[in-house]
Amino acid sequence: MKKFDVLIIGSGAVGAFVARNLSKYQLDVALLDKENDVGNMTSMANSAIVHSGYDPVPGTNKAKFNVLGNKMFDKIADELDVEFERIGSLTVAIYENQLPMLEDLAKRSEQNGVEVKLLNAEEVKKLEPNINPEVKGALLAPTAGIINPFNLVVHAVENAVDNGVNLFLNEEVVSIETKENGYVVRTRKGNEYEAKVVVNAAGLYSDKIAELVEPVDWKITPRKGQYYVLDHYKLGLVNHVIFPLPSEKGKGILVSRTTSDDYIVGPSSEPVEDPSDLSTDSMTLANVKNQAKDMVPGIPFNQAIRAFSGNRATCTRHDFVIESAPHHETFINLGGIESPGLVSSPAIGEYVVESMIRNMLPLKEKANYNPRVRPYYHLKKMKLEERNQLIKENRDFGEMVCFCEQVSLGEVKDALSRSVPPRSVKAMKKRVRAGFGKCQGGFCQPRILEELAKHYGLDWTEVNYDEENTNILKENVKELK
Amino acid sequence: MKQVDLVIIGGGSAGMAAAIQAYDEGIRDILILEKDARLGGILNQCIHNGFGLTEFKEELSGPEYLQRFVDQVKERGIKFKLQSFVLNITKDKVITYSNAEEGVVEIQAKAIVMATGCYERSAGAIQIPGDRPKGVITAGTAQKYLNINGYLVGKRVVILGSGDIGLIMARRMTLEGAKVLCVCELMPYSNGLQRNIAQCLNDFNIPLYLSHSISKIVGKEKLEKVVVSQVDEKFQFIPGTEMEFECDTLMLSIGLIPYVSLLNNIDCPTSSTRGAIVYDNMETMIDGIFACGNCLHVHDVVDFVTIEGRNAGHGAAQYIKEKEEHGSLKIEVDPNLAYVVPQFVRTPVKEDLTLKFRVRKEIRDKKVVVRHKDEVVFSQVKLVMIPSEMVILTIKKEKLQDITEPLKVSVEDR
Repeated sequence: MKKFDVLIIGSGAVGAFVARNLSKYQLDVALLDKENDVGNMTSMANSAIVHSGYDPVPGTNKAKFNVLGNKMFDKIADELDVEFERIGSLTVAIYENQLPMLEDLAKRSEQNGVEVKLLNAEEVKKLEPNINPEVKGALLAPTAGIINPFNLVVHAVENAVDNGVNLFLNEEVVSIETKENGYVVRTRKGNEYEAKVVVNAAGLYSDKIAELVEPVDWKITPRKGQYYVLDHYKLGLVNHVIFPLPSEKGKGILVSRTTSDDYIVGPSSEPVEDPSDLSTDSMTLANVKNQAKDMVPGIPFNQAIRAFSGNRATCTRHDFVIESAPHHETFINLGGIESPGLVSSPAIGEYVVESMIRNMLPLKEKANYNPRVRPYYHLKKMKLEERNQLIKENRDFGEMVCFCEQVSLGEVKDALSRSVPPRSVKAMKKRVRAGFGKCQGGFCQPRILEELAKHYGLDWTEVNYDEENTNILKENVKELK
Repeated sequence: MKQVDLVIIGGGSAGMAAAIQAYDEGIRDILILEKDARLGGILNQCIHNGFGLTEFKEELSGPEYLQRFVDQVKERGIKFKLQSFVLNITKDKVITYSNAEEGVVEIQAKAIVMATGCYERSAGAIQIPGDRPKGVITAGTAQKYLNINGYLVGKRVVILGSGDIGLIMARRMTLEGAKVLCVCELMPYSNGLQRNIAQCLNDFNIPLYLSHSISKIVGKEKLEKVVVSQVDEKFQFIPGTEMEFECDTLMLSIGLIPYVSLLNNIDCPTSSTRGAIVYDNMETMIDGIFACGNCLHVHDVVDFVTIEGRNAGHGAAQYIKEKEEHGSLKIEVDPNLAYVVPQFVRTPVKEDLTLKFRVRKEIRDKKVVVRHKDEVVFSQVKLVMIPSEMVILTIKKEKLQDITEPLKVSVEDR
């Protein structure tokens, strides 16, 4: 049996930052995920927004960790080499009767300690020429930002692994046995892991994992969000994250540029039974479209390249659960981390380690801890001479394999050479964006598949799209049988 | 910065034809930039026959057809660079490309011919209801896996969309041992060529369900089944018409879209085809930048791509030799037509004018009329016109002397 000081269940944003914070210390840490890649559920399918914190009810965990987390992002994006831009958000009032709500929201922001400014219609139109001309006003939150959520999680785990954390993928936890001074965690594959402290960061499944140890007074009631992604369209459709006024269902349908210069529109919000139900339906999507057009009438939906959905780990407590299990202090439940979970995750990771685990285990700093990932290659941002110097050193950076997103073979190989390498076509897509563009992998997928096969010494029929047993190719027809 | 007279972006059928034509008109300093490892573009994976009927009066396979043009390019010593991807172009015709040997290179061209082809509309673009499992793939990608790499993507296949690649792949996968359960088409007519329906579906007893679409995809990680339903005139699913097909692959042949990112980035005006708006010499609204082939509008057969490529090569050659000032008149279409290429004719008219268009729906026993003011400059009876077959007509230049107003193309009673 493998023995660890701390075992984390779930490698989404929350689990990733708990792992990264633990990796500073002389501890044996295991990070388990049931998926074939890190950050493969809610952390992958969300709005990719670093919220300012204007919206959560003051005094809640959501408000606290959102505001703390937001402030950490400049440093994190720098250390983890993740695309991040503080473009600010505008919560817009389209109708006269919404103006008082805007003012209430401004007061709430103040209570949360978030910098905001109320703008009149003219000021809004100046900032956002494509906004609905009927706009009556808006709340500007300059600290809101956009982030590459795929890279945020991958790079955080990579950094944790570089600093000694042990990552185990395709390990679904099925039972947890409580022992004196610890736990034995069993997975579907029959593997056992012993740990002194367990952190449950299982997102949509966090209630189920919690109940493997003891009953809790909260439950996950997943809410689905459906989105559109529009292709690289002219910059300036919107310059900020545009929100409607929030309702009890959530922050509403936003329109924003992404860090890849796409546009994202969504999410809807509807309850689902099955946390893994990621289906989309045309009625909901039509509704998303209409609500978005209410704010930005000219959204070019003919540029839509994808619709997707993600499920929020909404919890019956309507706040983040960040606490030990009722009778097991060393079993830490992190549940109900829905929006603003992504922005809160670094702050939650820090809190769990510094304010909770510190009371359970001795935390001795590692001498060789490095908070930075090995720098990534950002070809598009390089000057011509820099780029050519790189290609001179490694010709793979000159050969483009994904045309829509302009990704070079060098970047693909670089992703494979790292400590959390992609194991599937989709995992590669999340890392380098090959397949995210308008052709949706139609051109580049065979090439990506070839590189994965080469790297792992697999037959082409063994390369998975995503999970285990999701091989894209059925059989080699040129082989004699 | 290196100077080149004519840079052709894309070494497929359109690009090669443009290069050969420009060379034959005296342009010697030509460079073809091709992103793939070989010339020929998509024809490399089209191993079926039926290419070259117009061009060579023969039925060739895709690779045979393209080889004839590769040979001509090589005979003339026209320069080409492979695995060289164009990252960017400017309105001033500076081209930035990248390859492993040279790195990122900027060159200044006198003229550019865009021949970047098209891409397949993907599942994401049409939002099929239901789960999003692995097992949904576009027909062209499946074709590449099969014909270039030698791998079959599935054994039980449903095809959505009756575009030609889908029809061709229905036959191809059947021959390789897969079971193609059906082809369903949203429209009440097929989007493929009649001959492909006969040779690829009928000959293999593969049912074609017109006015049908996928009402649900089922399968969490891997595709398990699809539900096919009939649609009404408003394309809404009709309850009670559901048919379930257990399958491991849903193959999409739901349309091709001109690949024009480079032109979009320089604000080149585009038409409803998503390709550039062009004059009759295939020059876009940006001075000295020409476009042809499937990046302009998607063609039925490669022979017409070749012809259009030559036209662009001719236009570019003339432009390089002697840039002429000219006026222009719009070519307008009535609502029966989905689009026309070109959208503008230069004046004075010095060459016969070829118009290409598609009708929006099937039209029987009418005539196509082109008018200048009230005068009929062209008229031709068409017994049948269908959206899946491009209509091509040529107006004699003599008819177009002294035109001063837009030309109007319309479909009228005989």
